[in-house]
Amino acid sequence: MARKLIIDGKEIEAEDNLTLLQACEQAGAEIPRFCYHERLSVAGNCRMCLVEWVGAPKPQASCALQVKDIFPNKDGTPAKINTKSPYVKKAREGVMEFLLINHPLDCPICDQGGECDLQDQAMAYGRAAFYRFDENKRAVEDKYMGPLIKTIMTRCIQCTRCVRFATEVAGVPDLGATGRGEDMEITTYLEKAFSSELSGNIVDLCPVGALTSKPYAFNARPWELRKTESVDVMDAQGCNIRVDARGPEVLRVLPRVNEDVNEEWISDKARHACDGLRTQRLDKPYLRKNGKLEPVSWAEAFAAIAAKAKATRPQAMAAIVGDLAAAEEIKALKDLMTSLGVANLECRQDGAKLGGPRPSYLFNSGIAGVDAADALLLIGANPRWEAPVLNARIRKTWLGGALKIAGFGVTRDQTYPVENLGNDLSALSKIADGSHAFAQVLKDAKRPMVIVGPGVVARPDGAAILNLVAKIAGDTGMIGPAGSVAEGGWIGFNVLHTAASRVAALDLGFVPGQGGRDMAGILDGASKGEIEFVYLLGADEFDTAKLGKAVVVYQGTHGDAGAHRADVILPAAAYTEKEGLYANFEGRMQRARRATFPPGEAKEDWAILRALSDVLGQRLPYDDLTSLRAAIVRQVPHFAQEGLAAAHKGADPAVWNAIGLSGQVDTSCPLASSIKDFYMTNPIARASKTLAECSRIFSDPAHKMAAE
Amino acid sequence: MSLRRLHPEQPASFAFNAENKACCDQWIAKYPAGRQASAVIALLWIGQEQEGWVTKAMIEQVGRMLDMPYIRVLEVATFYTMFNLAPVGKHLVQVCTTTPCWLRGSDDIVAACKKQIAPTPRTVSADGKFSWMEVECLGACVNAPMLQIGKDFYEDLDGPMTEKLLEAFRRGETPKPGPQNGRHSSEPAGGATTLKERTS
Repeated sequence: MARKLIIDGKEIEAEDNLTLLQACEQAGAEIPRFCYHERLSVAGNCRMCLVEWVGAPKPQASCALQVKDIFPNKDGTPAKINTKSPYVKKAREGVMEFLLINHPLDCPICDQGGECDLQDQAMAYGRAAFYRFDENKRAVEDKYMGPLIKTIMTRCIQCTRCVRFATEVAGVPDLGATGRGEDMEITTYLEKAFSSELSGNIVDLCPVGALTSKPYAFNARPWELRKTESVDVMDAQGCNIRVDARGPEVLRVLPRVNEDVNEEWISDKARHACDGLRTQRLDKPYLRKNGKLEPVSWAEAFAAIAAKAKATRPQAMAAIVGDLAAAEEIKALKDLMTSLGVANLECRQDGAKLGGPRPSYLFNSGIAGVDAADALLLIGANPRWEAPVLNARIRKTWLGGALKIAGFGVTRDQTYPVENLGNDLSALSKIADGSHAFAQVLKDAKRPMVIVGPGVVARPDGAAILNLVAKIAGDTGMIGPAGSVAEGGWIGFNVLHTAASRVAALDLGFVPGQGGRDMAGILDGASKGEIEFVYLLGADEFDTAKLGKAVVVYQGTHGDAGAHRADVILPAAAYTEKEGLYANFEGRMQRARRATFPPGEAKEDWAILRALSDVLGQRLPYDDLTSLRAAIVRQVPHFAQEGLAAAHKGADPAVWNAIGLSGQVDTSCPLASSIKDFYMTNPIARASKTLAECSRIFSDPAHKMAAE
Repeated sequence: MSLRRLHPEQPASFAFNAENKACCDQWIAKYPAGRQASAVIALLWIGQEQEGWVTKAMIEQVGRMLDMPYIRVLEVATFYTMFNLAPVGKHLVQVCTTTPCWLRGSDDIVAACKKQIAPTPRTVSADGKFSWMEVECLGACVNAPMLQIGKDFYEDLDGPMTEKLLEAFRRGETPKPGPQNGRHSSEPAGGATTLKERTS
């Protein structure tokens, strides 16, 4: 129901379920606030959002007053709300003084300076006053909250946004407010690190400089930074980020709002991997001479590759795409290798048994679709590590009360309860034939969904598991009508990825061609000497010792596993240094943009491949990014739909019967997560000192015990 | 109000004794399933009755019993001043210093405590028998000034009377609670002035 309000003389209709603050915003009024945040519960303790309800005895905290509680005047006219009257101005000035009386006002040495809500609102809603310094200010000891969060607790205004975030969104209730009144302090339990993968978000939430980013401390002022809107590649969710750079350096990464992907959160890995962009970088081409890598010119490196490539049969050549590659270089490498007649192409370093029709390897429900789900089956997935922001979304839906969750091999605490159906897949067939209790839960659910983890599809029996899961999906009504959730459509079959490049590479068909070898085949061939030439496009996540005596070209950014084994190194651009298209696990095409230039002689990946193709005598038919992207769209038309996830086209049996391969599922093999260490999953993260520190602290058994 | 933190020296473990355990279970059972956390104040209080003060081990034990994160229990324990976060003497002396008692001379009582027990509040006396603290109104203003020892009110005090009272406790006696100046209940100090004769 809606009711009429007169806000600042303007009559509006506001829905009953809104708060007065939201209604005021609808009427175009700006309401200052500190504790109120759209994605957190209402606390109502900062009092900054005071407005005047004409006739009420006191100013009203608009964030905590619901529209349904506002009754009309006695004569039946709508209630009058003022947000700009002298009464409101005075009330807000008073609140501001109370906040400032204990605030240190150390803005010149505060990292929040320039992007501080308190600073901005003191300018807009405060008053000039000189008596804030007459009395002693309260001093509060700084607290330890882990390697990512620096605390200067004297600046804290006790808005409790961080406490609410930790409890509600992150699901790790480590933060709390002890004491009371003036002595209230925000702290973790006995100085324990805040052990959430989303901990960095409390820095963004903090409206003052009490919680700031420890790695970014005293690095830059916000107005010095060049801000570039981009996407994250640390996991496959494609979280929207803003890359802040100064000169040649990326100084920090912040989230951008995208309701369909990451709301406004990003994981700590996405946020803090940026110092890895500066260390361990490959900045010139190298060639292995007499067993030692020596810097050479691009021409010499290309000549060495051409000599080997021309002397090798296409059957003895292979190319592997790594986890961070953008669609452009995947397309260029595929075209180059195809023109050379090479069929041994692979993008699934972990050996995932994915491929075939597009819905068979996508997160079909969409991230926003999780909001609508009411039953969830996790199969060997560990979303808390594999996609932390998605996990927060699952938790949000679970908190909403409607979501029933069960899982196979979900051993880690996911921040919501998961009914454990076993650490191996012996009960999966029971769900398939409907005799298991949870099969009935899925059948009874209106929008059931299943998430298959990357660790599961990488197993030798991955294809058989996928086949069985697709059958379960079909039997339990997961493959519903076509269209989006809003249109009444539903599809609950989801495959989770951790590699940002994976979906684009599968879309572009970077998989073994006719008679080609897959990952295991390539490594097996290389160990046996049947594969003599391997081209690694940033591929580091496999055992490089298995490459045997093959000549290895490594095109990538960091001196990681691949580069150590390489015979030729071609220095390339990281995700913040190039224009690139990335498809997230929903199949949503998003664009990464260049924030800085690649270091030294490093070049953009597609340009390296284009130049190399010339030397190999197979010139690729595109000279700039535009024509390359046009070529991509010609091959895969949906790449033109930037920002949109794959549309569900309904239950096409040709698609749904072709998922995986029917076969025997190994029921005795225990399930394992695809990720051993959340903070160390790719070359950039492994080069990051900050994440190394996180890994040390959070994988330390003593800390784990304290957390449990 | 002083900062409320856990005491630096903590016992290694805590367990409710059988009787208190049963009492805890009774409290937990009062709340609907999933709302056991509502019993947190009751459980901490029972724990304090048993040990005299709230220890870290007790907070963690209560957290486990109620399926609450430790920080949530710590929040409650530090919020309410009725929970002692440091060891107390055998007899805990709580002196009311709110306005009516203060007007009637609670300063003298505080001075007596400082002399008899320890110069600072929340400090266990040398013999371990006492500690004292100032508290807000205990609701006995008609018999101001007053203090509470253990669970009993001692009222209508002055400095010397307080010292005598504490000495009696030190000797192991338990003086009669209530007004210490001979007054009956909260009747006028010099005896009744009206309704002197009982009619029935």
